[in-house]
Amino acid sequence: MSAVIENHHDDHHHGPDKGLMRWVLTTNHKDIGTLYLWFSFAMFLTGGCMALVIRAELFQPGLQLVVPEFFNQMTTMHGLIMVFGAVMPAFVGLANWLVPMMIGAPDMALPRMNNYSFWILPFAFSMLLSTLFMEGGAPNFGWTFYAPLSTEYAPPSVTFFIFAVHLMGISSIMGSINVVVTILNLRAPGMRLMDMPLFVWTWLITAYLLIAVMPVLAGVVTMMLMDIHFGTAFFSAGGGGDPVLFQHVFWFFGHPEVYIMILPAFGIVSAIIPTFARKKLFGYDSMVYATASIAFLSFIVWAHHMFTVGMPIAGELYFMYATMLIAVPTGVKVFNWAATMWQGSMTFETPMLFAVAFVILFTIGGLSGLMLSIVPADFQYHDTYFVVAHFHYVLVPGSIFSIMAAAYYWLPKWTGNMYDETLGKTHFWLSFVGVNVTFFPQHFIGLAGMPRRYPDYALQFADWNMVSSVGAFIFGFSQLLFLFIVIKCIMGGKKATDEVWEGAEGLEWTIASPAPYHTFSTPPELPERSMA
Amino acid sequence: MAMPNQKLQTRTTLKLVGVVLGMFAFGFALVPLYDIYCQVTGANGKTASAYVVPEDGIAVDADRWVTVQFLTNNNASMPWSFRPEVRSMKVRPGEMNQTTFYASNPAGYTMTAQAIPSVAPFHAAEYMHKTECFCFEQQVLATGEAIDMPLRFIIDPYLPESVQTLTLSYTLFDITDMTASAAAE
Amino acid sequence: MARKESKVGEGQRLKTSLQWLIALAALSSSWQALADWSALNMTKGVTAISREVYDLHMLIFTICVVIGVLVFGVMIWSMLVHRKSLGHEPATFSHSTKLEYAWTIIPIFILIGMAVPATSTLRDMYDASGADIDIEVRGYQWKWQYTYLSDDPTQEVKFISSLLTPPDEYYNRTPKREHYLSDVDNPLVIPINKRVRFLITSNDVIHSWWVPDFAVKKDAIPGFVHEAWAIVEEPGIYRGKCTELCGKDHGFMPIVVKAVEQAEYESWLAMKQQEALQVYETVGKTWTMAELMETGEQVYAQACQSCHQANGQGIPPAFPSLVGQGLAIGPVDAHIDIVVNGKAGSAMQAFAAQLNPAEIAAVVTYERNAWGNNVGDLVQPRAVNALISSEE
Repeated sequence: MSAVIENHHDDHHHGPDKGLMRWVLTTNHKDIGTLYLWFSFAMFLTGGCMALVIRAELFQPGLQLVVPEFFNQMTTMHGLIMVFGAVMPAFVGLANWLVPMMIGAPDMALPRMNNYSFWILPFAFSMLLSTLFMEGGAPNFGWTFYAPLSTEYAPPSVTFFIFAVHLMGISSIMGSINVVVTILNLRAPGMRLMDMPLFVWTWLITAYLLIAVMPVLAGVVTMMLMDIHFGTAFFSAGGGGDPVLFQHVFWFFGHPEVYIMILPAFGIVSAIIPTFARKKLFGYDSMVYATASIAFLSFIVWAHHMFTVGMPIAGELYFMYATMLIAVPTGVKVFNWAATMWQGSMTFETPMLFAVAFVILFTIGGLSGLMLSIVPADFQYHDTYFVVAHFHYVLVPGSIFSIMAAAYYWLPKWTGNMYDETLGKTHFWLSFVGVNVTFFPQHFIGLAGMPRRYPDYALQFADWNMVSSVGAFIFGFSQLLFLFIVIKCIMGGKKATDEVWEGAEGLEWTIASPAPYHTFSTPPELPERSMA
Repeated sequence: MAMPNQKLQTRTTLKLVGVVLGMFAFGFALVPLYDIYCQVTGANGKTASAYVVPEDGIAVDADRWVTVQFLTNNNASMPWSFRPEVRSMKVRPGEMNQTTFYASNPAGYTMTAQAIPSVAPFHAAEYMHKTECFCFEQQVLATGEAIDMPLRFIIDPYLPESVQTLTLSYTLFDITDMTASAAAE
Repeated sequence: MARKESKVGEGQRLKTSLQWLIALAALSSSWQALADWSALNMTKGVTAISREVYDLHMLIFTICVVIGVLVFGVMIWSMLVHRKSLGHEPATFSHSTKLEYAWTIIPIFILIGMAVPATSTLRDMYDASGADIDIEVRGYQWKWQYTYLSDDPTQEVKFISSLLTPPDEYYNRTPKREHYLSDVDNPLVIPINKRVRFLITSNDVIHSWWVPDFAVKKDAIPGFVHEAWAIVEEPGIYRGKCTELCGKDHGFMPIVVKAVEQAEYESWLAMKQQEALQVYETVGKTWTMAELMETGEQVYAQACQSCHQANGQGIPPAFPSLVGQGLAIGPVDAHIDIVVNGKAGSAMQAFAAQLNPAEIAAVVTYERNAWGNNVGDLVQPRAVNALISSEE
């Protein structure tokens, strides 16, 4: 085995190269993980600024800051950047850093491809962002880009948008293939699949989802490209196509995509809660099966995003029942986390705070998701702020909080230094308050009848919109504190021990802090079934 | 240990690349699958292509009347005049019915149009059998030209009892550019 | 350390008190917002269906709140009690088959309890048979068109319904009045206690026609027609919105439905039909060149002459000449368009609101054939009508 490793790394010295070329040419999983994480954070701030433009405009009724055309560009770009630029690369970055360390592998299985899959991203997003400066403006048709608004009625920049999506797709697909090949082939001898930490499990399943649905996204944007430039009519009724077909194909990708953004979060939280409860994860097996069931269900529920397009009643009922079923495995997970905490010996360092907030706030998002699955009620909820509140509850205090939790949890291992706990907790509380003040009132705004993607609104929605905007600014600016904490931790601080956390289990805690540039060049001896 | 592992990796990678290509193709396969779904369920009220009356004919339900409404619309900036000869008909399920639609082209150039049918409620779509319809082909009209376009249809006697009124809508799309670019290729 | 760790307990309390705080803040800023529960919750609406939907919403909402309280209660209890700082020793259990079965199976029963009423409500909604009135609802960028279907084309009532709020209000130049962004020039009028069927479609992109008080939300898809229906029980004015992103003015195409007694509806419809008949007679017929030129000259004198002058030479550069140059001898569609829509940033007004399609057709024909322009084409009112009703 070690022979193979040598082969992979003939282009490497024992330590990192110096200077810029280290980052450009690197095939080291830790370097690439770092690149992904920084890229993701940059995109998080970019998309966040766009969110603040949106919330600032919605602070009061009337058009104060931007015109509706630009507002639509902001909502579209905010969505695209957060989904494809912030959340997904962050998880890929975490996978790069952690998967090899958790399974006792020396690196990712395909290091050169790993380098390519990262370096595609800056090009993809430069292209996407450059559309803001093009004639006719950036894409303005929402991140779901429904035809014909995104085809016959789109600004010229749509072609660049399509190519950017293609590039992001290629990057994700390469990244996922790498994860799957690594997990299936490079586990330390003796580590069975059911011995793997849950983060590895959830990422394995996520990678399969990505491999299955990113090509479908590529397909749908290719069809758009052909409709726009080559005279086909996939999505135009006049040529024998159907705009509703777009929605079906898009959501066939889109729903699994939603779970792509949450499954790794489940893995992270399942690592953190046991550590700080000083107690084994409750129901490991059922966690794995629940994750797999959620992934499977994600392929057969897509049309619940389209209840109002006018489906036959049998279709509506099927998609309602199938969607409701997702509540069962998701419930299992939440109950398992609660049971893990139960009778533990808990401490609440920053990662734990984020993880616990994740469980509670994600559950709120899950419950509103259950409400949205009920078709007759969905007719009233659909495309209102209730939906905005719902998916932001699962994505911000869901995915984003889990990423923050992961960053605090593994930072000491990555940098060798402890982060500043007081600042970390301050960051948590500001984020926690900000997130709830932003998104909780949006449930009310939606139920009272405010549709989403509106640059301006009727007077009865004014109060809660103002509250929501205040929350958004609190949340947004607290993230600068996070940046400061991370930089401070990289620069120095209290030295971290190898184990870092008192109750932490897993191979990554058996190596030195900071993790050496090359780890597990020879596979580790597994402790007796400690992972199971 | 070393070599098999390398081979395994290559094999896993190739398999996954195969899945990727397969799923890309599957995205396109959703197009015909969607058409089948529409045919089966009548989603969007799409009607089938030309209907062939069975050899032994269709039994006429003499006791039942169904109202068929005709609705005409022009999509986007389509400038043609387009209207049905009659706005609605009372018909017996099983009987052959005939009507015409009028179209004329006021634009200063020859245009090609395609009429897209849609039936509401759409669970009635599969019971609307058209033996002849102008929507089966494209219409080309020169400047100022007008045309009376025929529609012959039978309502299936198995139309659910709950449907007393059936709306057949035609939306006229301007496909001049689309056909021009197809011809150019 | 212990002091710090107790923060999470505080946190949970803080969260609750925070929500109170938000509520209080809103209370002080607007007493009405809280006094009026409708500002926070789904409307009950004014149809049997909308009440069913409301009840369903409250049922699932209550179930979700109860589940939430139970689960969060357990977690919060655990966080308060099972802490290291209180000297709590960790237990060693890591699974319990019984428990795991229980929390897989019990939720399934709860879900069935939600699915049963949901299914029955949905069936009620889908039963659209036996309509008294059929109205075609057609989405445009960015307004709605309503057509009351009638077997007699001369009796067909058809009108555009668009935002009434002036730009001055949404650009904050004048104070925002009541029904800001929620009022239209021509509301849809329907009788109460009648089954009204809406045939929903679109002219361009996908829109969605939503009236919360009827629990009707249906996407308007170009090329296809979908139906929805309502039996409104109380007279009143009900406001709705477009709920599918349809471009720039997605937020500026509200819906207003006025439900009235049958008698009032009939007299309103008769009035509209009278108007329709007049327009039909002028717009629907095929005009001759002589008729168009005659009417066109009159319209020109009344609407255009003050700027473009009687001889068509205009007063350049503010008022360009129409003789032998520009749009007057260019493509006819562009010519009609500038008369209908005006030209932004210039003195040219949009005449669609001032002239009917016949008058516009006549004046465009006149301009193209007077003063030696002799383009020779003639514009029929129905072409203008088509352009007006299909423009953005």
